[in-house]
Amino acid sequence: MSILVNKDTKVIVQGITGKAATFHTRQMLDYGTKIVGGVTPGKAGQTVEGVPVFNTVADAVKATGATASVVYVPAKFAADSIMEAVDAELDLVVCITEHIPVLDMVKVRRYMDGKKTKLIGPNCPGILTTDECKLGIIPGYIHKKGHVGVISRSGTLTYEASFQLTNAGIGQTTAIGIGGDPVKGIDFIDALKLFKADPDTKAILMIGEIGGNAEEDAAKWISENMPEKPVTAFIAGRQAPPGKRMGHAGAIISGGKGKASDKIAALNAVGIEVADTVAHIGETVVNTLKKAGIYEVCHTC
Amino acid sequence: MNIHEYQSKEVLKSYGVTVPKGKAAFSVEEAVKNAEELGSKVCVVKAQIHAGGRGKAGGVKIAKNLDEVKNFATELLGKVLVTHQTGPEGKKVNRLLIEEGSNIQKEYYLSFVIDRQTAKVVMMASPEGGVEIEKVAAETPEKIFYERIDPVIGLAPFQATRMAYALGFPQEAIRKASTLMLKLYDAFIGKDCSQVEINPLVLTAENDVICLDAKLNFDDSALFRHPDIAALRDETEEDPKELRAGKSGLNYVNLGGDVACMVNGAGLAMATVDIIKFYGGEPANFLDVGGAATPETTAEAFQIMMDGGQAKGIFVNIFGGIVKCDNIAKGLIDAAKIIAGEGKPFPVPVVVRLEGTNVDIARQMLKDAAIENVMVAETMEGGAEKIVKLVNEKKSA
Repeated sequence: MSILVNKDTKVIVQGITGKAATFHTRQMLDYGTKIVGGVTPGKAGQTVEGVPVFNTVADAVKATGATASVVYVPAKFAADSIMEAVDAELDLVVCITEHIPVLDMVKVRRYMDGKKTKLIGPNCPGILTTDECKLGIIPGYIHKKGHVGVISRSGTLTYEASFQLTNAGIGQTTAIGIGGDPVKGIDFIDALKLFKADPDTKAILMIGEIGGNAEEDAAKWISENMPEKPVTAFIAGRQAPPGKRMGHAGAIISGGKGKASDKIAALNAVGIEVADTVAHIGETVVNTLKKAGIYEVCHTC
Repeated sequence: MNIHEYQSKEVLKSYGVTVPKGKAAFSVEEAVKNAEELGSKVCVVKAQIHAGGRGKAGGVKIAKNLDEVKNFATELLGKVLVTHQTGPEGKKVNRLLIEEGSNIQKEYYLSFVIDRQTAKVVMMASPEGGVEIEKVAAETPEKIFYERIDPVIGLAPFQATRMAYALGFPQEAIRKASTLMLKLYDAFIGKDCSQVEINPLVLTAENDVICLDAKLNFDDSALFRHPDIAALRDETEEDPKELRAGKSGLNYVNLGGDVACMVNGAGLAMATVDIIKFYGGEPANFLDVGGAATPETTAEAFQIMMDGGQAKGIFVNIFGGIVKCDNIAKGLIDAAKIIAGEGKPFPVPVVVRLEGTNVDIARQMLKDAAIENVMVAETMEGGAEKIVKLVNEKKSA
């Protein structure tokens, strides 16, 4: 089991003829992902890495039966591409693109109201279900099959943490990078709900950072709704000065809100252990699993 | 991106928002000339810097005649203002705004921001104007009112009217206040703002509603469609190192300390700053070089960190995922050649921690290159500890 995607998920790549998209289409295929089509207006009839290209998402879905898409379209046009995928009633859209104007994403979110599509990103590394498939740019080899779900606002921290888990013998079910933008699709609580419903996921690692209060909201939700699955956390940006954007558009302390210390306090208050440094994420998860008495069952690799 | 108050007011004026009459001045003569042209009984001389808290720091002066304008302008131009937002080093005043005085009856707070949770623009206002909104939020949160705005409809007139009543405007000013809110929202959307803050919004003795101060922030990702706004950027307000880094496409934030770091990915870069502090170092910067750094940009990153003697040591922390570690190692070795010259020691100690794809090849390459002062760390923890130790030893020596 896993969440959102598995080895049978049929995926299309929007913007497939771009350089990065073509490279990652190969990587995704090699990992076992069922990439069944690509979309670039005006390029219908071509193939990329053996995958047929269509002019529109609607055409691609009609021809292939795809239910998910990955968007690599440039920032100016990416919001429109997400809406096209939502309009085609896909179950899942993953948007990798960084620097989409925030007000474009405000419109996208409004457009998604009442529709069935779930969105991961933008400005994210995507989603990977271990040994089954990946949508996005997460390097596959660092992941091993197991029982820990990973949710993260940062790409490289997802890799770093998963690598530490794998080295500690702790495999993963699915890793989701929810992205570093202020207005996005799936947030911590949405991902936590999915992991809660997945019987294979026995524990969760949550990686947050400064900006907003999604981590505080998640802490509250966990304490009220998920006593059965232990959560470990890490928060980046303890030393970030207020008012400065730290790389990600959403990583900014503004109006006294979004500080790492507040997030860590909120998590600790509901009994969630937060790793003291990025080097100790794996170790901290191991401690949490041992305390919960599920270390043995989670030691899968 | 931030702009000056006088620029914000010009932008708002173009949307029909009421702001006091005024004009920017870059010299004392210009300040006097502007005041003369205004012809108002009382003039306000306002220092233009990209930081709040100017009033308390002595950056806003009320002048009753042209001589006073001259004196205040002479005093303020070139002065370094230290406010709670500038840090102890303060900011030098290069520009002034000369504005007509207003007859203030009451001050309010009004702002538009993007609410992450609902993914909507929210209008936020309080009858407690002229003070910091964080203080109001902490002490009397019931005095802050909100209107969430549907992006399809925009700010509805009834919402603006409801807000005007909630703030307690007198009946004769309700329409003026709500109209001003609608125009502010148009400006927010029209220019892709990330924040519009009017503090204070003022009710005058004549029952007019005007923006006495105005702070506009813009979404950097949307500047491509607003060349007029991009042109308002004042580079003298920015940290010179951050400016230089930006020109090379590097994501750099100066943190003032002496233990520098160079990292791939924003999250890992933040976490690396944190781990330097954890082991007792003073972080010099946040720096995300991204996944596709060339030897040239890597060399530029090293130069920016060492510029002015700031970095006493550098921690390179890379997780090679899609980007292979051996490519990164090659970039580092080439960059070291550009900085130090072939066969010469690197000017400050560099500890390199590499993990991920082809890490063994990469470590061997760095060992073989044997650049003096460049060391390979086996673990992130070990690397962080080592660079802090090296810098602290050098400081106490």
